[in-house]
Amino acid sequence: MKKRMKTLLSLAMAAALVVPMAACGSGTTASSKSASASGSSASSASTSASSSATEETTAASSSSATEAASSAEDASGEGTVLNIQCWNDEFANRLAAHYPGFEAADPKDATKGGKIGDVTVKFTVTPSDDNAYQNNLDTVLPENADASADKKVDIFLVEADYALKYIDADANVAMKLSDLGITDDDLSKQYQYTKDVVTDANGDIRGSSWQACSAGLIFNRDIAKKVLGTDDLDAVQDAVSSWDKFNETAKKVKDAGYQMCSAMDTYRVYSNNVSGPWVQDGKVVVDDNIKAWAEDSKALVDAGEENSYELWSDDWSKGFFKDTPVFCYFGPAWLINFSMHSDEDGSVGKDGGWGFVTGPQGFYWGGTWICAANGTDNPTLVKDIILNMTTNDDVMKEIAVDDSDCVNNKTVLDALASDEKFGNPILGGQNPYAMLSAGAEKVDMSNISIYDQGCNEEFQTAMKNYFDGNASYDDALAQFKSAIQEKYPDVSVD
Amino acid sequence: MAAVQANEEKTAKGTVRGRRIFSYIILIFLTFLCLIWFYILFINTTRSNGELGKGFTPIPSSHLIENLSNMLHGSLPFVRGMLNSLIIAGLSAFFSTYFSTMTAYAIHAYDFKGKKAIYTFILAIMMIPTQVSALGFVQLVSKMNLMDHYLPLVVPAVASPVVFFYMKQYMDSNLPGSLLEAARIDGAGEFRIFNTIVMPLMKPAIAVQAIFTFVNSWNNYFTPALILHKETMKTLPVLIAELRSADWLKFDMGQVYASITFSIFPVIFVYLFLSKYIVGGVTAGGVKG
Amino acid sequence: MEKRKKSRIKRHNRYGYIFLIPFMAVFVIFQMIPLLSTIYNSFFENYRSGLKQIGPNFIGLANYAKLFTSGDLPKYFANTMIMWVLGFVPQIVVSLALAAWFTDPSLHLKAQRFFKTVIYLPNLIMASAFAMLFFTLFADSGPVNSILMSLHLLSKPYKFMSHVGSVRGMVAFMNFLMWFGNTTILLMAGMLGIDSSLFEAAEVDGANARQIFFRITMPILKPIFVYVMITSLIGGLQMFDVPQILTNGSGDPMRSSMTLIMYLNKHLYSKNYGMAGALSVILLIITGLLSMVVFKTTADKKD
Repeated sequence: MKKRMKTLLSLAMAAALVVPMAACGSGTTASSKSASASGSSASSASTSASSSATEETTAASSSSATEAASSAEDASGEGTVLNIQCWNDEFANRLAAHYPGFEAADPKDATKGGKIGDVTVKFTVTPSDDNAYQNNLDTVLPENADASADKKVDIFLVEADYALKYIDADANVAMKLSDLGITDDDLSKQYQYTKDVVTDANGDIRGSSWQACSAGLIFNRDIAKKVLGTDDLDAVQDAVSSWDKFNETAKKVKDAGYQMCSAMDTYRVYSNNVSGPWVQDGKVVVDDNIKAWAEDSKALVDAGEENSYELWSDDWSKGFFKDTPVFCYFGPAWLINFSMHSDEDGSVGKDGGWGFVTGPQGFYWGGTWICAANGTDNPTLVKDIILNMTTNDDVMKEIAVDDSDCVNNKTVLDALASDEKFGNPILGGQNPYAMLSAGAEKVDMSNISIYDQGCNEEFQTAMKNYFDGNASYDDALAQFKSAIQEKYPDVSVD
Repeated sequence: MAAVQANEEKTAKGTVRGRRIFSYIILIFLTFLCLIWFYILFINTTRSNGELGKGFTPIPSSHLIENLSNMLHGSLPFVRGMLNSLIIAGLSAFFSTYFSTMTAYAIHAYDFKGKKAIYTFILAIMMIPTQVSALGFVQLVSKMNLMDHYLPLVVPAVASPVVFFYMKQYMDSNLPGSLLEAARIDGAGEFRIFNTIVMPLMKPAIAVQAIFTFVNSWNNYFTPALILHKETMKTLPVLIAELRSADWLKFDMGQVYASITFSIFPVIFVYLFLSKYIVGGVTAGGVKG
Repeated sequence: MEKRKKSRIKRHNRYGYIFLIPFMAVFVIFQMIPLLSTIYNSFFENYRSGLKQIGPNFIGLANYAKLFTSGDLPKYFANTMIMWVLGFVPQIVVSLALAAWFTDPSLHLKAQRFFKTVIYLPNLIMASAFAMLFFTLFADSGPVNSILMSLHLLSKPYKFMSHVGSVRGMVAFMNFLMWFGNTTILLMAGMLGIDSSLFEAAEVDGANARQIFFRITMPILKPIFVYVMITSLIGGLQMFDVPQILTNGSGDPMRSSMTLIMYLNKHLYSKNYGMAGALSVILLIITGLLSMVVFKTTADKKD
């Protein structure tokens, strides 16, 4: 212990502190330089198109290239640098692959940026660990109008958990889409909940997403056959169609020697179906459905029908593999496609061992929203990017096919649903799109508040004590409330 | 052990053997506790992301080279990061040991007004938790325009109260005043005495604190994460944190473990190099004869 | 010792000031200014809610009052001390035992260099990486549980992260592993100054190992030992990274492993400079008082 005084404070805490300082450097330079190690990777570029893009790199960084603009039509007089704030390379890859006219600086690494016509695209990647990404936004966005032209943030990305914080009308750091010239008509094919997430108190929409991550119950077909006698989708859905039925099934699952899922899996489902926001009139309110989660889960955990493993822990992800007792997970398409180790021998998914049904209540999980930063000097280009990347049918279709994203476009999803080619091998050939589309219609996100992220996290943390038998419900609730006071000093708890 | 010691005087030879066996058992147990982590780390570095998802096994897999090359050829500049880490940790170790020894020497060897007060004051500084001043520190660095710069990570090492305190304590037991007086009589200047007589005498203490400072600085995520935002300036712990927050599409625990292994090697070498001043010395003092 | 010096070296004494300059200059710039601003902040309401900045408004001692009335401080202080003692006692015992064995001429331990080198190695692993390895080992389905179950010591997996005792124990164990080598090295370096002929002479005179340790080793080691005590205490009070990472910042179960600095960190989430500042000042006072006690008790014995 001894020596730690000065130095060892370290890790996790970093986040919280990043606060005022992140301001300085991060806004601009970080990822855009085609730096270091990756230099070698350019040589392995496979297609001729990409190798020519590589040559552009040098020109891009000196911003002297003068090629004809392709997509930013009326952008004369606008900025020469498009700065994009993000926490990983997801959007960079989508933009590089699907936005017409984007020339990547490094075909192997989209976060190195590139060019759209005359405009240099720069990505600033700040990891979301320890809240670093938000701390960075908190510093750059409010001062964006005063930043020098090349440093102005033009686009930033947000997740649903904290979207409201940045699309807040008072904070006014994200532009109204209507001010960019994007109409309700443009967004008509998007699912309502994806618009709710970025709608401010005055009803103005301030962001747009290309994903609709509606989710459902992913069950292990083998276990379903043993417990329910069938893995037929309708029959399984019938067995989990309400929380009462779900709990009955959990008992059967347990009696057969298996476990239903983790109590932490079901939280999102309950919390997506609340009757009011977390904070009302400045006071924390625990919704009935949230309470129901705590009570149902406690009963299930005590009966050994559910476990209380935290998401992404080793114990939790065990169930991705065969010969483990986990009956189901709750998740969207991306969980199935990318996180269940389905390319691995011995995984349930490798042999198409999963089935996908709606479950007791509709919910969603994940998704990235694009916001235009107030103060941007590239409004025309930003508008075009938002329109192309989130509303263009052709681009949406491409993204759905190439990247397996569940796209935010009713027309495209419905087309995929009726196309047999889109059966998913991990799901034993099941085509999930009809269900995903119907699910996305049902998700209701009108009850979100800027306090959601903290409240949801702290409530689960506190209730884990209740499930593990370390506290009564009231004690766990009291701990939740003190945690909320620490996180949100302006919210009252009693 | 108490029982063993009770008999000690009667059967001296027998008990020495008993104590020796006891010591070996404890030492071997501790060695196991200390090394097992490196073994697990190595095992995990040889496994792919999917294999890691299955939970721990004690048998290495075949993805070692793949993980390392994915990490080195990925989008994060790990080689550059290692260089940054080496520069920062190396300079920190040098600054903190040299200047803290100098400060301790000032208190130890001279008499001047306010000496007691300054000594107490420095000890008081030691009690300030780093977290306390961290916010203010970063605001200050930002105002001084030193963001994305090595200086704010290196220069503060000059004022390391902990290192100072150790040096002072070490001088109390190991640096007799008579020696210095002899040097003065020979006409040596004060700086020369410090650099040519005091510093060499302090070698073991310097080696110890150089190791500690180096390791702490090497593994420090906290301050560098606040100060360094340019990809090419970042140190290894910051890059590892970035790798760990990759999205679910790219997330690869195999690479994370590879990066941890990669970042441990240099510090082991530095440790082995510096530790010979301590380890070797004790051996000579304690065992000979 | 100091008194003897006094007479001879007066004219050199101005060098005392000169040698202090670098330390003091750097200290004032990089630590004093931030520290003063922390103290200043502790008297203000100053935080963020969402993107909205609240304050700074001068509120006197209200932050302090809030901290004391919430009643959580004593609990977190107790947690911190319990986990520190759990780790520190074995740490100091093992370190002293090792130091004694390594310097005991009658033992003739082989492979000393190897042992001395190995014990520090865990400190080279980053705490966050260390914690990842811990999670792997102590998961319900991890190797520790499977070994205990195959030995029939357990019938079902023990949830290490869900019990007060085991979480605190793991924090203490991890701290012990990371720092006992460090302590041993400090002590060994302190022993370098001990002339080996002292041990040999004592042995010839018939002193046993215990006598050598308590009569020769310990007195010479005393200043370093005081250093170890004080810095361990301060480090203990500032315990943060290990419990933070192991419990993902929650300090659960029911905040029984939440330390003072973790609590401080909670306030930094909302950029609550006021509360964080007040907590820092309290922490500073506690540390100062405890350190003074240690100092006083050891200094008395000296005379």
